[in-house]
Amino acid sequence: MEQLIAAILTMVAGVLVCAAYFWSTNLVLDWIFPSKGKFGAVASRNLRIANSIRPWLFLAPALLALTLYLVYPVVQSVWLSLHGRGGQNFVGLSNYSWMINDGEFRQSIFNNFLWLLVVPALSTFFGLIIAALTDRIWWGNIAKTLIFMPMAISFVGAAVIWKFIYDYRAAGSEQIGLLNAIVVALGGEPQAWITLPFWNNFFLMVILIWIQTGFAMVILSAALRGIPEETIEAAVIDGANGWQIFFKIMVPQIWGTIAVVWTTITILVLKVFDIVLAMTNGQWQSQVLANLMFDWMFRGGGDFGRGAAIAVVIMILVVPIMIWNIRNATRESGGH
Amino acid sequence: MNPSRRSPLTWAVHLSVLLLVLLWTLPTAGLLISSLRDKDQLAVSGWWTALSSSSRNAVVRAPSAEDQVERDGKFVISGNLLEGRGEVSAFGFSSREPTKFKPGETAELNDGERLTVQSDGSFEIVSDQRMEGSRGQRIFFTATTPPRFTLDNYAEVLSAAGIGRSFLNSLTVAVPSTVIPILIAAFAAYALAWMPFPGRAVLLAVVVGLLVVPLQMSLIPLLQLYNGVGAFFGVSAKTYMGIWLAHTGFGLPLAIYLLRNYMAGLPREIMESARVDGASDFDIFVKIILPLSFPALASFAIFQFLWTWNDLLVAIVFLGAGDDKLVLTGRLVNLLGSRGGNWEILTASAFITIVVPLIVFFALQRYLVRGLLAGSVKGG
Repeated sequence: MEQLIAAILTMVAGVLVCAAYFWSTNLVLDWIFPSKGKFGAVASRNLRIANSIRPWLFLAPALLALTLYLVYPVVQSVWLSLHGRGGQNFVGLSNYSWMINDGEFRQSIFNNFLWLLVVPALSTFFGLIIAALTDRIWWGNIAKTLIFMPMAISFVGAAVIWKFIYDYRAAGSEQIGLLNAIVVALGGEPQAWITLPFWNNFFLMVILIWIQTGFAMVILSAALRGIPEETIEAAVIDGANGWQIFFKIMVPQIWGTIAVVWTTITILVLKVFDIVLAMTNGQWQSQVLANLMFDWMFRGGGDFGRGAAIAVVIMILVVPIMIWNIRNATRESGGH
Repeated sequence: MNPSRRSPLTWAVHLSVLLLVLLWTLPTAGLLISSLRDKDQLAVSGWWTALSSSSRNAVVRAPSAEDQVERDGKFVISGNLLEGRGEVSAFGFSSREPTKFKPGETAELNDGERLTVQSDGSFEIVSDQRMEGSRGQRIFFTATTPPRFTLDNYAEVLSAAGIGRSFLNSLTVAVPSTVIPILIAAFAAYALAWMPFPGRAVLLAVVVGLLVVPLQMSLIPLLQLYNGVGAFFGVSAKTYMGIWLAHTGFGLPLAIYLLRNYMAGLPREIMESARVDGASDFDIFVKIILPLSFPALASFAIFQFLWTWNDLLVAIVFLGAGDDKLVLTGRLVNLLGSRGGNWEILTASAFITIVVPLIVFFALQRYLVRGLLAGSVKGG
């Protein structure tokens, strides 16, 4: 309990320090370069100088934090990936050549690509279908809320929820896992689903799809509502049926949003770690890059060089999306 | 579409949405129902059978001869087999025939004593002579137990499994990590939205780029940095201060991006008229922009809270896996490893970890949706 009080006190102190920083630096700036009470050239010169400094005062804490917590680590990770276990001796590209020949790394890359193929596609697909269906019924908003709900659940919590569904009891005894109960009821043999090599990847992916469909649905639902009515009316007059309207008129108009949803989920997939750690911890050939990196960081004896090299690989996979995002964002704010 | 075709199609839509909603809610419902079930029932039957009765065979030893009372010239030992729940469907007095008698029947024991068991579990042993012996009669019975819901599992995990402690830790991590970035990001967002300066477009592009930098890149360098700082000041490298700052750093790109987009959409006239009245940028920001930006601030706060509460990776790297500093998600992973078969522990613990985000979600869903729509880089 004391720590919570300490946390709240720190929080208040932190907010006060921030406020004091912004307030006092602003005051000092106005004191050094006063524009009120001065006349003519002095006032306008002071105003100009103050106005060119002020943005940087506003930005400074954020820039400092961004540099320390995101920019510096990216550079440092690349540097570390060229060094040995402890980060001292330069080893060139040997971490990378180790990686290429490492069976577990290749397994992780393979699994990651499976995840990249399946999860964004299915999440977006389900999100689109649900968004289109729920717009037509009176209880659509309730349905959306319920499908959106897993967004709030942690990956670990979701892992427990789904592990319970995949729970396995030996054939003959009563199954308490829903999936095996259904399989047995249909006359099949119960399986320990998450230990089946290759297929277990898909059972883990289901969890992420379950979580991310709500996200896709919310964004795509807003996009579908933004489609101009006239285009749909024109199609109806031309005699198009429901399927044609949906796939030939509506979907092409929201391609941009679909791409955004797809890439956002793709980035999340690249970083997926908690689900694999909680479900299998990479056993039974279900390893992924993020969990492999965590392994090398701590449990694999703490090899920071190899851990950093794996992180760099994840980063390289993200870079194309990053560039695409930046181009979209700058094009958008160009008019502003 | 003509009316005659509309009806079956609408039904199909209703049905398929219902099916999808069921698919999406059943997993969580199963967890919640299971966490409320009696742990003996939870271990032997699926949660979807929670409302039907289960039957069990048991044996109870009646009180010994010391407890007999004399009534109408007979000696009686009485008691109840079930302690008030369930129903006896059969009983017996030897292990060879444990279900020989129906409730209400009277069994002749070997030494002239008579045993009667009623279906509510009450029993009587009646004898004409004073009974002797220090051990009570064994009674075998089959009972059907009605579904039983209980909060025992929650009481157990809160007291024994360390969940209560972790709950406090999670709050300690999440609350400051949510609040601290807001002010920092708000000032930066205002500068990026409304203050002209050279390099603004580049900075904005950098923020958008940093949005997607994988957390994994930061872990090792920051861990080394923290270790160095910790060693330099002679303190532990794994502190709450460290994780608050880390969450602040990781949350900033989204915060700045969300808030800048929102602030850039505010009408220019408000700011210009204030400026004509002689207000400085600082005044404009504090008195006009900040209050107007409340919806965006709320969106970000919800995001950041959900993310810091649900985070596992940052917590175990920067706070460690020590028992006293484990957050809820970390505790849950540990329980999965150590108590993987004890579903009564796991389900109750999992529900405790997700209940706070769920409350936040249902209470503030509107802001969450708005934030999502503003936060994803718009395409096209």
